[in-house]
Amino acid sequence: MGNTVLEIENLRTSFSIGEKYYPAVDDVSLKVHENEVLAIVGESGCGKSALALSIIGLHEQRTTRLEGQVNFKGQNLLKLSRKRLNKIRGKEMGMIFQDPMTALNPLAAIGAQIEEPMKYHLKLSAADMKKRTLELLRRVGIKNENRIYSQYPHELSGGMRQRVVIAIALACDPVLLLADEPTTALDVTIQAQIMDLMKELQAQMKTGIILITHDLGVVAEMADKVAVMYAGQIVELAEVNELFNHPMHPYTRSLLNSIPSNMPNKDKLHVIQGIVPTLQKLERTGCRFAPRIPWIPASEHEENPIIHEVKPNHFVRCTCYKNFHFEEGELGEDDHVLT
Amino acid sequence: MITFIIRRILVMIPQLLLLSIIIFLLAKAMPGDAITGAFQGNPDADANHLEEIKEKMGLNDPWYQQYGRWLGNFVQGDMGMSYVHKQKVSSLLAGRLGNTLLLSIATMITIYLISIPLGIIAGRWHNSWADKLVVTYNYVALATPVFVFALIMLFIFGFSLGWFPITGSVDIRAENGSWEYYISKAKHLVLPTLSGAIIGTVGTIQYLRNDIIDTKLKDFVKTARAKGVPEGRVYTRHILRNSILPIAAFLGYEITLLITGSVFIESIYSYPGLGKLFIESISTRDFTVVSALVMISGAAVIVGTMLSDIILSIVDPRIRID
Repeated sequence: MGNTVLEIENLRTSFSIGEKYYPAVDDVSLKVHENEVLAIVGESGCGKSALALSIIGLHEQRTTRLEGQVNFKGQNLLKLSRKRLNKIRGKEMGMIFQDPMTALNPLAAIGAQIEEPMKYHLKLSAADMKKRTLELLRRVGIKNENRIYSQYPHELSGGMRQRVVIAIALACDPVLLLADEPTTALDVTIQAQIMDLMKELQAQMKTGIILITHDLGVVAEMADKVAVMYAGQIVELAEVNELFNHPMHPYTRSLLNSIPSNMPNKDKLHVIQGIVPTLQKLERTGCRFAPRIPWIPASEHEENPIIHEVKPNHFVRCTCYKNFHFEEGELGEDDHVLT
Repeated sequence: MITFIIRRILVMIPQLLLLSIIIFLLAKAMPGDAITGAFQGNPDADANHLEEIKEKMGLNDPWYQQYGRWLGNFVQGDMGMSYVHKQKVSSLLAGRLGNTLLLSIATMITIYLISIPLGIIAGRWHNSWADKLVVTYNYVALATPVFVFALIMLFIFGFSLGWFPITGSVDIRAENGSWEYYISKAKHLVLPTLSGAIIGTVGTIQYLRNDIIDTKLKDFVKTARAKGVPEGRVYTRHILRNSILPIAAFLGYEITLLITGSVFIESIYSYPGLGKLFIESISTRDFTVVSALVMISGAAVIVGTMLSDIILSIVDPRIRID
């Protein structure tokens, strides 16, 4: 494992709704190392994207409050001025967005959009920038790079556009890459292609990657480490094999149990009761997952759940994992064996 | 690009022809004709004599013959004689067309000078006090009728303060082509221009403001910020470029609106332009002048739309037709 690239400590991101601030990301601490893929998984609305946007500083400043620390290259990003932050974004840190159909400026040529970060961060001549851009296009698997260079986003397919978005994120060789559900908006065959590309690129580079997804298949395939988020908090954090083979937190176990499988003992799909509460309705004391496992007695939960290191490098929040069992009548759990 | 423009110009020809037929028929359908207008209420006019004049002027021919004659002459620059002014329509229009064009272009430039900065401020810092101020101005301007506002402007700056002349387009004592002549022309332009422009900004401000508010939430703006693009550049290069599209699309219409819509302002400031002539000609049934004027404004609409198309195709790659 290489050097630490990013270290987040007790990050809390709150949004103002009406008069009050409601935390969407609460007490999140994690580390990303060089050459490591950290996957963040969780349901929609659990704060995955809010976390990524907090790291790169893309929240609307007027309505967002950021507390804690995001240490990157020896500085706390949360304390940096917009100007200093702009020296890091796009250069040391790249971001891949969810929907390639809207992530590109419809009025600018592909080449210009890839060159834009180089213009601000690298002192290159126009010819060098073009050379580098064509190279990047080739690296992300675009074959007719000379033509694509002068084309516009509306002339490309979704998969091609996502390749361009990836090329933009890689334009200045970042040390950290944030990928916010990079395949969600694509159809299945293209998803596989983009995932293959990401894996290939990851193998070539030393970049640390934060991969946000709700696709556990993608996690199993790509991640080194997994953080499971629920209602703004990390509930479990472990190496990928450890997490899939020995899931502990009730939420992680429920998630894994919800994957459709062809096991003979399961003809019904497991469903987690209830829904993720909205920001305003979320109970902020006690175990946040408790309302969705009502058959577990309150005494099993911690009053103020904290993260416990239950095994080396395996962290779980709250104590409810110890005696957790699925509800009566629920058939047995699948084994997700990952090697 | 050039083929697109040429094609766009070729499309204009049938549009203009159709327009000319409609205008000619509409003008013919108006009650009365040039003769009734000229001799209305004249007790000395003898009915037989009038009929004779009509015959001589070709007013009794079938419409398509009259139309053919009119169009043939029109394309050669001969728009006929004004029955009222006893003058060639072309020479009647020449000076006024220039005046109206001058007034409308000055008005349009002023509108953009006011509304683009205000729209940007209101959109970029929306819900701020500056935005609220701009929106308030917008609603007041929207609710103010141009003839009231022009009169107020005339009263304050022309009559009470006496800063600017209030009638005509140029001081009649100024020698044509001299330095004083242009100064005087500019001075005469100030009040009519401001009267139209200050309350004519509503559409542009509102479009720009709303579009900026819309665009700044788009994903590609996030992409730009994630690239480390400085905030000012995010606005100029990414948000504004997209938000200016509806305004570019509206530019052509704006020109024609101004050319055809300056009737009130020209009347109030006795500014010798097309609008004033138009009103006069309708009331005196000056058929040749009316058709020439409607034809000009119709052509302006068509040319304006073409201009909009061409401008849009320059700024928006999505509608470029190769």
